[in-house]
Amino acid sequence: MVNIIWVAMTIIGILFAMINGTMDKVNEAIFTGAKEAVTICIGFISILVFWLGLMRIAQEAGLLEKLASLFKPVVRRVFPEVPPDHPAMGYMLSNMIANMFGLGNAATPMGIKAMEQLRELNGGKIEASRSMITFLAINTSSLTLIPTTVIAIRMNYGSASPTEIVGPTLVATLCSTIAAITIDRLFYYRRMAKRR
Amino acid sequence: MQLISLISLWMIPLIIGFILLYATFKKVPTYETFVEGGKEGIKIAISIIPFLVGMLVAISIFRASGALDFLVEFVRPAMQAIGVPAEIVPLSIIRPISGTAALGMTTDMIATYGPDSFMGRLASVLQGSTDTTLYVITVYFGAVGIKKMGDALKVGLLADVVGIVVSILVVTIFFAM
Repeated sequence: MVNIIWVAMTIIGILFAMINGTMDKVNEAIFTGAKEAVTICIGFISILVFWLGLMRIAQEAGLLEKLASLFKPVVRRVFPEVPPDHPAMGYMLSNMIANMFGLGNAATPMGIKAMEQLRELNGGKIEASRSMITFLAINTSSLTLIPTTVIAIRMNYGSASPTEIVGPTLVATLCSTIAAITIDRLFYYRRMAKRR
Repeated sequence: MQLISLISLWMIPLIIGFILLYATFKKVPTYETFVEGGKEGIKIAISIIPFLVGMLVAISIFRASGALDFLVEFVRPAMQAIGVPAEIVPLSIIRPISGTAALGMTTDMIATYGPDSFMGRLASVLQGSTDTTLYVITVYFGAVGIKKMGDALKVGLLADVVGIVVSILVVTIFFAM
């Protein structure tokens, strides 16, 4: 599906540029887009090196397992394929907690580590496992406790109460996360039914 | 609220301090372990480059050509018919595709309609309750070499749709009354 989306965005864009006469802008976009991607990745190095270094320490010290066992009852149901004491669980939880506090930069390295562990659990296959899809669904539905960036923007534009959206955001986020898990389950059972 | 901003300010340093102290207490060779783990970070960052270049170029072409604006205008009547305010349509479509573009749009909406208007609040909540699905999938799966994504994209995008609908409902219930 990602292949189709990727090609479709590019081809439709080029066709549109032909009709609209925006080919000059498309040419520019190709190079700025590529440059932006590399800039983001290079920017990632500092964050990834620091947090993965720190997370390795946390893992060696046994903190990740402690964290995982703390939330065992809940996550065990959400990720039935992952052994409760597996490091993948610790990484996934650290990722979710970092996301909740709006620490997106700290969350990415842990999300990547979680994926790596999940792939190992899945026998190193290049296919996404059930847990990986569930983890992504939760991740993209964005569990946010404190939307710091948004609060900052609201402050900037002179809101009478910049933080009034914290409550509604929490409710919306909870609903969308629960929905994400439900949708994920529905798709999982559909996959299982197909395989049979 | 001051408490919350205080927490977000203290959070990272406290976590770092706690991990380091705990590890030292557990006799982990902290610095050496840090360097070991950090080395991995470089590898991962470099390995994501092709995934992100491919995705961002396609998105940039799609946006710069005017195709995205057309898509937004195209779905606008249908969205309005089911009660989605037209002004939120562009943001809803951009949000799963591009995080920076979405943040720019949110800022623009807050500036245009005012932070305490219905649209301003809606944009704020929407920003907090959805995520850049395409980007997250590209980075996470790209970094560990997952080629077959299964239902990940479908599930992620459907979850975004729910997030948008719920945001509209919640903001209406909380504020518009």
